[in-house]
Amino acid sequence: MGELLEIENLAKLYISGYVWTEKKVAVDDVSFSIKKSEIFCLVGESGSGKTTIGNIVLRLLKPTGGKILLDGRDIYSYDKKTYWRKVQVVFQDPYSSFNFFYTIDKPLDDAFNLLENRPSKVERKKIIRTIFKKIGMNPDEIMGRYPHQLSGGQMQRILIARSFILHPELLVADEPTSMVDASTRVAVLNELLRLKEEEELSVLFITHDLAQAYYIGDRIAIMQKGKIVESGLVEEVIFKPKHPYTKDLIKSVPPLYEKWKL
Amino acid sequence: MTVLKITGEKKDKDLLLVKDLRGYYRGIFGVVHAVDGVSLQVGEGERVGVAGESGCGKSSFAQLITGTTTPLLHYESGEVRVDGYDIWNISPEVLRKKVKCELISYVPQAMLSSLNPIKKVKEFIADMFRERTGCSYSVKKVCEIATEHFERLNLDRSVLDLYPYELSGGMMQRSIIAISTMATPKLLITDEPTSALDVSSQKRVIKMMIDIQRKGIIKSFVCISHDLSALNQLCNRIVIMYAGEFVESGGNEDVIKHPLHPYTKALMDSLLPLERETKYKPLSSIPGVVPDLRNPPHGCRFRDRCEKRMEVCNVEDPPEIVKGKRMVKCWLYK
Repeated sequence: MGELLEIENLAKLYISGYVWTEKKVAVDDVSFSIKKSEIFCLVGESGSGKTTIGNIVLRLLKPTGGKILLDGRDIYSYDKKTYWRKVQVVFQDPYSSFNFFYTIDKPLDDAFNLLENRPSKVERKKIIRTIFKKIGMNPDEIMGRYPHQLSGGQMQRILIARSFILHPELLVADEPTSMVDASTRVAVLNELLRLKEEEELSVLFITHDLAQAYYIGDRIAIMQKGKIVESGLVEEVIFKPKHPYTKDLIKSVPPLYEKWKL
Repeated sequence: MTVLKITGEKKDKDLLLVKDLRGYYRGIFGVVHAVDGVSLQVGEGERVGVAGESGCGKSSFAQLITGTTTPLLHYESGEVRVDGYDIWNISPEVLRKKVKCELISYVPQAMLSSLNPIKKVKEFIADMFRERTGCSYSVKKVCEIATEHFERLNLDRSVLDLYPYELSGGMMQRSIIAISTMATPKLLITDEPTSALDVSSQKRVIKMMIDIQRKGIIKSFVCISHDLSALNQLCNRIVIMYAGEFVESGGNEDVIKHPLHPYTKALMDSLLPLERETKYKPLSSIPGVVPDLRNPPHGCRFRDRCEKRMEVCNVEDPPEIVKGKRMVKCWLYK
């Protein structure tokens, strides 16, 4: 299996102010790669630079150093539209991802504008319907509704469906389940797993929840203060951690059936 | 074990007593039955957790028992007694001075907006002290008290000299809990204290809340959360809330290891514990959504999502079945 995304020595420095500048290193010399049909998890506490990496991969932020290659080409050598056809995103907050003045048909419709040969309106409807059926949602229940009439889990799955109109090669999922209820969280995760199996999708899964990373991921990287401190297969990293920070992180996950001695 | 002893000694005296409480949202959208007939007793030394999905009325419940309702939420009927004070039938002045300032402390969900953004933490504490006690202390004096209190809770005193925006989420949540317990209330009510935090700060918050109770700064707390595994660490009694009603309650080991109500079972199945087997057993989510509480369905409110529904679920409200310390509201156990 070839590498889909390669990141080499990525760095990002946030500089604020004009005269008295303040510098903050958000990402410091990070290298990893994502294979085809693989879910790669980035785990770390808040402020460790996970989301920055996600935004850089999406070309929403410019890196201050390093290289990112998609299919062996630098990501900035692609045309913007072509690039976003290949790389799509699901953000953290489903409630602010939709414009609440429009029915959810509109963002789905707009996604077709990124395509080179745009299908007709009737065809678009058909495609949307088949995609909804595929992800196990009833299109009649969803089409023509407004965002406030849907639950967070439903909205998040619609966003995944939307990105799938474009058949991306890479999906950046930036904490897709943090605003979703525990009861529907699994539906979102199962959806990503199914897409990985059936559509050979690669996912960059950004989360702070180790249990989710373990459930969904193939490989994992633990981040601390902008650096990757440990990476490898999920089972090895989570059950045989080597770095002290990883050990600490795993100990802090509240176990369900036993109590901490506090 | 000391915790249990305290409960045993003062069994007759409840710190918080809620009887058939109802609270509705009234607006142009209709009447939403957010809290619909719930009863709860919290004795001294108890740590109670309320769990459920979003939209089940957990936060409305917290607002009703503290008497701090947001504009559209109205108290309908029922009784809330905080250490003997019937909070919905006393004058607002007594409610504020006696109950809100002395007996309880409420940490709402939007913790980021709880502190004053243009004041340092110590100045905010001075403000809070003046409001709570009615006499004005100098910032210096308050600082001394706060330092002592923070040190007791293993918090860094340098927080006092910072502005809220300089604090991280976990640090802010811990400082807010510390500040709200400075006036030594008897009961602490927290709404989603750990939900916006990552695991390491979550652990610190849990540790601190238990610490506060062990050291006797507060007598008991009620914690509202959707995260059952965090509640398991925090509490010794868990109440499961669904669509405005309590459907199950009991000691946390009983509820988590042997859930009775189908909703609790479904909730447990959808959790992701960090265990080796998690990756290989297919997890399921609960199908459907919480029913529209504007006109709550007659009969069992969970029946549309329930696997074990029966004829009787459509017709009649399920009875509350009490077995020792456990309560379950389901026809299955009749």
